Amino acid sequence: MPSSIARILRTLSRENAFYFFTSIGNYIGERASSLEEFVRKIGKVDAKSLEFHFYRGDFEKWVSEVLEDGELAEEINSLKNMKPVGDALRDQLYFVASKRYEKLKSEFRG
Amino acid sequence: MKLKNQELSLDGLDWKILQALQENAKQTYTEIGRRFGVAHSTIYDRIKKMEESNIIEKYTAVVDLEKVGVKYITAIMTVFTDPKESENVAKKISEAKEVLEVSTSLSEELSIIAKVVAKDQDKLHSFIALKVAPLSGVLRIRTSIVTKKYKEEELLIEKK
Repeated sequence: MPSSIARILRTLSRENAFYFFTSIGNYIGERASSLEEFVRKIGKVDAKSLEFHFYRGDFEKWVSEVLEDGELAEEINSLKNMKPVGDALRDQLYFVASKRYEKLKSEFRG
Repeated sequence: MKLKNQELSLDGLDWKILQALQENAKQTYTEIGRRFGVAHSTIYDRIKKMEESNIIEKYTAVVDLEKVGVKYITAIMTVFTDPKESENVAKKISEAKEVLEVSTSLSEELSIIAKVVAKDQDKLHSFIALKVAPLSGVLRIRTSIVTKKYKEEELLIEKK
């Protein structure tokens, strides 16, 4: 268990980081190289970027395929039912991602 | 054709031959020679020299991809970079098969402008997100998808 948690909490290479765009091909210069940084960037980037990635399914794809955290990917996906936009989307994403990060961090520390 | 100040100097016939080849590279030496009133062997020699010195870089076919059912989208991608990494980013972008042209530009910021093709918007985005954005020195990227093309030509040489 701790090794799988460590894997989710690891710092990724540039190639595997999450790059924030506002639309097709328009990169805003912000990236997240770990779950911790992902949480921070959710609170920082333009809400347009969050909407773009959220409704394309980019967040859950990266969380499940790169961070390898199926549970968080599922939680992000479940937010879609409420069709959140703007700062409401930011708040909800921040809530699920930060809660998950804090839980994993405390489990890892034992 | 003579070497002058490290540049190859062409005479009037060389220029005419280049112009004729740009119009139609499939013309025979005889056809070109007849047009300019010189022997086909002269045309052969001139063309051979211009090929050997890379004045004529290559002969190619312009294919209408739509007619053969190849669907693709074109985008103009502007990559803003850290000046120290710009050269390296331009070289890396140039290696990608999706990229047709790469140039650098200096306006307010140093940027790289590239013409990119992809099968669809998803493929275009994946290429930019996975291959361009992660390059060291890339600060931001702005991309415009081409919706209608009004003209696309190579620069034709003018008569000297």
